[in-house]
Amino acid sequence: MIKFLLKGILRDRSRSILPIIITALGVGLTVLLSGYLKGAFGDIIDQNARFETGHVKVMTQAYAENKDQVPNDLALLNVSEWMDTLRADYPQMQWIQRIKFGGLIDVPNAEGNTRAQGPATGMALDLFSGKSGENKRMNLEASLVTGTIPKDSGNAIIGHDFSEKLNLNLGDEITLFGSTMNGSMTFKTFIISGTIRFGTSAMDKGALIIDISDAQLMLDMDNATGEILGYLKSGVYEESETSSVAASFNDSYKQFTDEFSPEMLTLREQNNLASLLDYADVMSALFIFIFVLAMSIVLWNTGLLGGLRRYQEFGIRLALGESKANIYWSMVMEAVLIGVIGSILGTIIGLGITYYMQVVGIDISSYLDNSSMIMPSVLRAKITPSLFYIGFIPGVLAMVFGTMLAGIGIYKRETANLFSELEV
Amino acid sequence: MIKFTHIFTLLLCTSFVVQLTKISQKLTAKEIIEKVDDNMSSDTQITESDMVIHGKRNSRTITSKTYIRGKHDSYTEYLAPAREEGTKMLKLDDRLWIYSPSTDRSIQLSGHMLRQSVMGSDLSYEDMMEDRELTDIYNAEIVSEEEIDGRNTWKLELIAKVNDASYHKRMIWVDTERFVPLKEELFAKSGQLLKETIMSNITKIDGRWYPKKMNYKDMLKSGKGTDFIVKSIEFNAEIAAHIFTKGSLRKS
Repeated sequence: MIKFLLKGILRDRSRSILPIIITALGVGLTVLLSGYLKGAFGDIIDQNARFETGHVKVMTQAYAENKDQVPNDLALLNVSEWMDTLRADYPQMQWIQRIKFGGLIDVPNAEGNTRAQGPATGMALDLFSGKSGENKRMNLEASLVTGTIPKDSGNAIIGHDFSEKLNLNLGDEITLFGSTMNGSMTFKTFIISGTIRFGTSAMDKGALIIDISDAQLMLDMDNATGEILGYLKSGVYEESETSSVAASFNDSYKQFTDEFSPEMLTLREQNNLASLLDYADVMSALFIFIFVLAMSIVLWNTGLLGGLRRYQEFGIRLALGESKANIYWSMVMEAVLIGVIGSILGTIIGLGITYYMQVVGIDISSYLDNSSMIMPSVLRAKITPSLFYIGFIPGVLAMVFGTMLAGIGIYKRETANLFSELEV
Repeated sequence: MIKFTHIFTLLLCTSFVVQLTKISQKLTAKEIIEKVDDNMSSDTQITESDMVIHGKRNSRTITSKTYIRGKHDSYTEYLAPAREEGTKMLKLDDRLWIYSPSTDRSIQLSGHMLRQSVMGSDLSYEDMMEDRELTDIYNAEIVSEEEIDGRNTWKLELIAKVNDASYHKRMIWVDTERFVPLKEELFAKSGQLLKETIMSNITKIDGRWYPKKMNYKDMLKSGKGTDFIVKSIEFNAEIAAHIFTKGSLRKS
């Protein structure tokens, strides 16, 4: 039967070429848009996880409430004990400390007077222990434009664009002026060991990265940290697993009466990422729905035209005694085959363009000049396994749906009138 | 006899009220502010003070000595605790430098850094930098007369007449006899109350009334605010000119 229908499709191309083109176009667009959405949203989520939110994050409740202001005066104390607890209770995750801080970078001239100044967004990472994986997680080596990662106390890396703005070279001294955990003024001199470009405007404009031990000393945060970030050892964010870890931790350690007791938030609960994650899912589903609907209408129309053109053929088949249901279902089977062929072609085309978008991407850096959100400056598509089959849903469904609607006409034919119709 | 006493008391009260009314009628809001300025400022001032910063976790006391020349120049050296000792601040007109003994560097603050809190207190550098006369920045009017802690005050409303005022509106309660502000509220253009200052422990020093304790409260932060306690103050003292130079910031 399938072989018979295939022969019909291939030999009578006028009945199949238009539906195949329409299906292929729709499927191609579905694959491309799904791939682009997955890539762009995935990059945003990934960047946020690596730079900002972790898969989960532990802070004091007071800090969490004002975390946008980086309130280190509300930092988590006795952090070594908390790290031991987290490692023992949740061994499936890797736990690391981070301190964020703000301040003013002042570049002195030979006389010690101010030569250049700029506000810095500081981040202190565990660089020296060699066990934190921060170098790899933050992609520091690959993001270095010049110099090296800090290996000794008193060294710092700085955003490359920031270094150009301040006219800084490797080995230059800078003084960071900021506030300690207790609100005292703090001054610390660093030597620039490298410059870095993350491809995230918010970071590249004012980033200063130092080792956490330097930050703890500078900010009077002995055995204290702003945030403890947890990453699943698989490296991939899993909503269900992180939610259960956070629920378990908060049940055990969060005290509603003590604002300095710790609280664990999942990635989803931070930086409005819940809406972004939901938005990505909704948008993918919406695209598929729109394409199924739009293509169904077009293919229904195409089916109607095809039905009219094959009016005589169906009449003869009915006159020869073939049942209406049989003709109807053979049309549907034919639609399935056309849908599959169109979907295969569309998926190949869609994947090809998606791959191109994965390599080249769309540069949005000019729109992020004043953005403080962690966003990649180039939005890229991403080829995922789901893209290999996702196009078949609108491709086959729309074709079959359209044909089923158009084929209803077969049931309206009167056998008694067939011969008079065929004489025409 | 009883009638006479009543009449006498009535006359006395009437006379007192008339006198008070006369004073307030005589003085315009601008004149009141000028009198406050005359009372609070002098050609030079040397003040030793404690700043008690009430944080969420603990309170810290920072001792400093400040030299003021005119309205635009000031020099502060922090004396205690050890973490702050030797830190100095110099303000000359609209420029502010901070000296750190640990790095032996002086940094000039500008831009958004001026909006940061000073030592974690409820005061910003910008608050400290404001040196223009209130009458230059605001149009003032007397709103009402109120009593604060048993003292009669004029409640003045000051609305900014320049675009670069740090606060769009100020409400000031001025003691009607001593010409000392007892309370001040600072508002944003939106009408939101941003800061509140309560002056207390009003003491007569060198013939003028002066608040020896001020509580500054950033209303956007929780907590008890920052107490500024004057330990000693000298008006019109002689101050060497070199104090108000960048050279004075370096280690002595």
